[in-house]
Amino acid sequence: MIVVGPEFYEAVERVAAQAYVKALIDVPADVRGALEAARRRETHPIGSQVLELVALNIRTADEHQILVCQDTGTPVYWAFIGSGLAVDGARLEAAIRRGVEAATRDHSLRSSICHPITRQNPQTNTGYRVPVVHFEFAAGADYLDLVMLPKGSGSENQSFLKMLSPADGVAGIKRFILESVLEAGPKGCPPYIVGVGLGGSADLCMVLAKRALLRPIGSHNPDPAVAALEVELLEDVNRLGIGPQGLGGAVTALAVHVEHAYTHISQNPVAVNIQCWRGLRAAARVYPDGRTELLSQWQPGG
Amino acid sequence: MATWRLTTPLTEAEIRQLQAGDLVFLDGRVVGVRDANLIRIFDQGIEPPIDLSGAAVLHTAPNVRREGDRYVPLSVGTTTSARMDRFTWGLLERYGVRAIIGKGGLYLPESLQAFKQFGGCYLAIVGGAAAWQTLQTEAIEAVYWEDLMPEALWVFRVRDLGPLFVAIDSHGRSLYAEVGAEARRRLGQILGGG
Repeated sequence: MIVVGPEFYEAVERVAAQAYVKALIDVPADVRGALEAARRRETHPIGSQVLELVALNIRTADEHQILVCQDTGTPVYWAFIGSGLAVDGARLEAAIRRGVEAATRDHSLRSSICHPITRQNPQTNTGYRVPVVHFEFAAGADYLDLVMLPKGSGSENQSFLKMLSPADGVAGIKRFILESVLEAGPKGCPPYIVGVGLGGSADLCMVLAKRALLRPIGSHNPDPAVAALEVELLEDVNRLGIGPQGLGGAVTALAVHVEHAYTHISQNPVAVNIQCWRGLRAAARVYPDGRTELLSQWQPGG
Repeated sequence: MATWRLTTPLTEAEIRQLQAGDLVFLDGRVVGVRDANLIRIFDQGIEPPIDLSGAAVLHTAPNVRREGDRYVPLSVGTTTSARMDRFTWGLLERYGVRAIIGKGGLYLPESLQAFKQFGGCYLAIVGGAAAWQTLQTEAIEAVYWEDLMPEALWVFRVRDLGPLFVAIDSHGRSLYAEVGAEARRRLGQILGGG
């Protein structure tokens, strides 16, 4: 067990800021690949033009190093703490918060965070309980992985939770997910990555729906029954014809990712958290001596 | 599917010629509006400090950098219009707005009626494509209500802003309503077919 020192928390602060900015500028490689495949597949006249412009926009952001989208989002982090590290969780969380504030200040990011009643905006992209930080633990690892998701509001507003009954079965689960995508329609910037949580308690189910968005496109849930549901749901979502930006077309979603947990015998919870086409996320690894690396792709358990 | 090049301020005749599915590129001035400043105008009854007749408004709150007494646009994109749906009628009837640029569409029957009755349209920009949109934003000409930052009232000068898809025209057609109705029919088939 390595007790980490000040250099570790300083490194966390640095990469928390870097990952935030990178996630806003640099569309992940797997998302680029999926968008390119979608562009080749789409035949709808407006849908095709939308996907051409999406490609042009990604190139523009690359070339000028500017934000892909103006929404700086809700800063959400997932910290995967290696079991080989003795970490002060409170200091870790404070370092992540300082990273968000530094990125906002140094890059003139729009502050998108405000008090829920007074609507007062502290102009820092932080506030009480924001950034949102989730903690998980990685057995055997002697480093910290930090995954950053600046969650855009257009898609976050398309979030759904339903406590179905066990008798509703898989058919009920499918119906709710498809109805949720229909309800989201054009509003969350399709083509979507559809994050789905299955099982758990109401709170865990919703967290799992967001956790599903961390996975690279092309990955599948390791449980074969859940993986089969992902494939089936993607086919059905793309039969709806909502299309890019909801103006019609064959590509409504780039992927459906399902994360599951065991649940209560009298429950059948399902949650949907929509991600927009930019699929934005960034990941970094921090070693106990303060060395850091930005990861091109974060894989669960990897 | 025609392509139009328009310059603000927009006239009723210019808007009436647009048909759903057409493409528009826009030059001139675009006024950035969204939740906080529209709540101030319509719910708190405070008159906007600018003339909106013939205006194109954009649902946005940009990323900017302050340089002296002006703002430089760093990222100007588009936010989801549906949250601002209920302000559409007032923008057209009371202030004479001609075009609403947004993403994700408007749905209230009175919004579609307002476009028909007063001669307005909804122009869909590609949501999320702010990098491209920022290059088409030449300058921030004015800003009002800075206390609402970033949800101030912004006046942008734009060149070739587009492509903008005429998604709701002044003749009662809405692409969102058409695509949505078809998607609902297909959902019925999927669920009915097991």
